[in-house]
Amino acid sequence: MAETLLDIRGLKTWFKTDDGMVRAVDGVDLRIDQGETVGVVGESGCGKTVTARSVLKLIDMPPGRFEAGQILWRGRDLVPAEESEMNKIRSREIAIIFQEPMTSLNPVYTVGDQIAEVIAQHQKLNKKQAMAGAAEMLRLVNIPNPQRRVHDYPHQFSGGMRQRVMIAMALSCQPRLLIADEPTTALDVTIQAQILELMQEMKERFGMSIMLITHAMGVVAETCQRVTVMYAGKVVEEAPVKALFGDPRHPYTQGLIRSIPRVDRAARHKERLEAIPGTVPSLLEPPPGCRFAARCKYVTDICVGAMPPLKEVAPGHFVRCVL
Amino acid sequence: MSVDNELLSVRDLRKHFAVKGGVFSREIDRVYAVDGVSFDIGAGETLGLVGESGCGKSTTGRCILRLIEPSSGEIRFKGTDVTRMSGPALRSLRRDMQIIFQDPYASLNPRLTVGAIVGEALTIHELATSRRDLEDRVVQLLETVGLQADHMRRFPHEFSGGQRQRIGIARALAVEPKLIVCDEPVSALDVSIQAQVINLLEDLQEQFGLTYLFIAHDLSVVEHISTRVAVMYLGRVVEIAPSRDLYDNPLHPYTEALLSAVPIPDPTVKRKRIMLQGDVPNPIRPPSGCHFHTRCPIARPDCSQRVPELRESQPGHWVSCHYRG
Repeated sequence: MAETLLDIRGLKTWFKTDDGMVRAVDGVDLRIDQGETVGVVGESGCGKTVTARSVLKLIDMPPGRFEAGQILWRGRDLVPAEESEMNKIRSREIAIIFQEPMTSLNPVYTVGDQIAEVIAQHQKLNKKQAMAGAAEMLRLVNIPNPQRRVHDYPHQFSGGMRQRVMIAMALSCQPRLLIADEPTTALDVTIQAQILELMQEMKERFGMSIMLITHAMGVVAETCQRVTVMYAGKVVEEAPVKALFGDPRHPYTQGLIRSIPRVDRAARHKERLEAIPGTVPSLLEPPPGCRFAARCKYVTDICVGAMPPLKEVAPGHFVRCVL
Repeated sequence: MSVDNELLSVRDLRKHFAVKGGVFSREIDRVYAVDGVSFDIGAGETLGLVGESGCGKSTTGRCILRLIEPSSGEIRFKGTDVTRMSGPALRSLRRDMQIIFQDPYASLNPRLTVGAIVGEALTIHELATSRRDLEDRVVQLLETVGLQADHMRRFPHEFSGGQRQRIGIARALAVEPKLIVCDEPVSALDVSIQAQVINLLEDLQEQFGLTYLFIAHDLSVVEHISTRVAVMYLGRVVEIAPSRDLYDNPLHPYTEALLSAVPIPDPTVKRKRIMLQGDVPNPIRPPSGCHFHTRCPIARPDCSQRVPELRESQPGHWVSCHYRG
């Protein structure tokens, strides 16, 4: 069995607002093993980004706070960890890339400076060596003319190239886990294909694990081994990728898969899309029952009364549904 | 390229934006946003317009409504050239053509109630006989798009993204248009909401006999909703075909690559992906000859010399490539 790198247990990250407590992440369990790509899917506001940021403790506290749960990184709980300890883990062991590369790069420094800063901070190198390391990283992520491009500023790169720079920066300290938060959402489809391929290459090269956060089911199907589906702050289903797409058990997962038109079945069946009615519920004081109950076509009285537990329906396949 | 029952016909449409610079802000460069686009739309059909960001699809849509003045070319709506219209003629044209925008957060005035937003066009075009009538019409429109009568006194910020898009649709429907330009209407929405809005657009088309120009970058959505699809690359149309044909039998190497790059939500499907190298070139100085030759896997030396014509390779299937079709 591969080593378990990250094991999130019963994590609750809540935010205090003027209107009350927002339960953004409300009891999430998530495990990532060595060498695995795990997808975290769900719609906006389901808590996938907050979960990811909680792992690196990139949440402003207050207004946020860890209400309960553990984040075990190779057996050690990060929830009580000091900032100085977290700084050793960030980049060196767990790195993150964000959706919008333009807002996550500093516009007034060259990309070389920014990558070299990360390298210099974690490895005892002088400026010149760090800069050479930065150029090497740019070469690795297939940016043409890396020696010259290290001296360019972020605005001189296209969207896809900026995401490559972000990946270069994230991988510069060879982390064991890369958290990719919607890495291709802002990109065009041909560029998305390039970036996904690059991530796969880098994963094999460095033997790292990836936590891929996305709302695109197609991206999940093509890149992940296991998938966790989130809805309104809760995990509703977790399964190996083939089981999830072949035999989705939760009505929400079923709805997500059926509501997307399929290019590969080109116009063969011009049927209506199966839309999920309604919208994601508010996370302010959510009702006690299943969070999906209000939109679910199989809803019963039991669903509204109490939150169903996450139970194993097949080996490695967990569902939070009474049916 | 004519279609049966033609409603809109676009011929050699061009829009060049001047890039100004220097002390006297003289024109120093030009962006060739739309560079000779031609297509037709038949009444009651949906023409999908796809391409990556910067290919000119939105500019094309806006030129048709004259929200942007085209540099040259001809746009005929029911036989009349739209580019020469002005004053009252243009105003009445806008009753026939409406637009739905991508960002439901930016396209609704936050200071107006939903009732005022939807009713505004009715007042401008003097379509309501009285206050009472205006209100009735607004309520009816809101109900048509799946909202409720009491929503008319609320403000846009009180609605979710999907509901706002419904408000935008109600506003477009208010003047009973014939053609609606849908500019990425579902791109900003979550997948489960996307399906609701797509279904609504399809229902409305059937109910009111609408014609759509559906602009989007998501090929699966476009394939689903369109009768025919036009693929754009750097300001030019590279291929037009009935949607099924285009997806089953893409002729242009760009269409082929674009289709193969779409991730399929089924882990058991394994496909060969055509990886395009590099990014879309800068439309300020587009490549010579065929704009795609710099990234094309089958490019030959003369592709950089000669501009390929859009020609009919199979009935109804048009392609602009020297070596395909």
